[in-house]
Amino acid sequence: MIWEVFRQEREGQPFQHGGSLEAPDFRFAEIYAREFYGRRNESTGIWIVPRETIREVADFADLFDRDYRRVDGYSLKVKLGEARERAGTA
Amino acid sequence: MQAPPETRVEAVLAFADDELVLGWRDSEWTGIAPFLEEDVAFSSIAQGEIGHARALYELAAGALGGDADALAFDREPDEYRCAPFVELRLVGDWAATIARHWLYETADAIRVAALMESDWPELAGLAAKMDREEAYHRMHAQMWAERLRQSSESRRFEDAVAELWPHALGLLAAGKRERLCELVGRSPVEPVERGTHTEELRPLLEEMTLVRRSVPGAAW
Repeated sequence: MIWEVFRQEREGQPFQHGGSLEAPDFRFAEIYAREFYGRRNESTGIWIVPRETIREVADFADLFDRDYRRVDGYSLKVKLGEARERAGTA
Repeated sequence: MQAPPETRVEAVLAFADDELVLGWRDSEWTGIAPFLEEDVAFSSIAQGEIGHARALYELAAGALGGDADALAFDREPDEYRCAPFVELRLVGDWAATIARHWLYETADAIRVAALMESDWPELAGLAAKMDREEAYHRMHAQMWAERLRQSSESRRFEDAVAELWPHALGLLAAGKRERLCELVGRSPVEPVERGTHTEELRPLLEEMTLVRRSVPGAAW
């Protein structure tokens, strides 16, 4: 059984993927995660997740070119320039 | 510090020898344990035992003079006080290795708990520190013992426990054996006592002290 390991480097930081390991159950996974990702105090926290419980979500179709949905759809620089011109502060 | 009684120092040396020799035996699995994750975990446990041995030798050296390395490596085989239990060479037989690991950690918990109450403050403090690390060793031993008991080849594990049982009893002082019987659910038998050695100790010590004998004073 494969386990994905997420680790936090410092208090308050997000957990990031550290790697994976093989272990027959939760208890083994916990011990091995501690050995591989915690023995040198390199983590302040560890999450272990069975790989099979992870649902992959992919295929993000955008066939109609709706770039206005993206934050880069609007150029703030251009709008700011126009606004300054109208206000006479350009 | 008032010098601790000689018997107390002897007991510390015996404990250190147990941890050093068992750590060595466990380290023989490095590179060939059943799978990679276990290889790292079991090697780490071996290192843990040797680290405990060093701390105990330092404590004994403080009372006896000399240094930890001299106590660990420069004595004659007959001067070692380890129990025959830890000398047995079990590499290659994982069921027997886990059987010893489980019996040792169960017995060790009794020994360490008693030492935490010692009126030798340095020893009590060291025992408390060791106990925090041993908790993970015990967890590891317990989990493997349960796993092997539930496996289709549980017989191999149970046979190994039965075979090692007289040796395991000999690890503890007579007054502490009853508790071990309770914890492992076995009846008392004639123990293989500390004070004699197996034939396997001499080759182990020869290998373990090879560098130190070849290059006196070597450090790395």
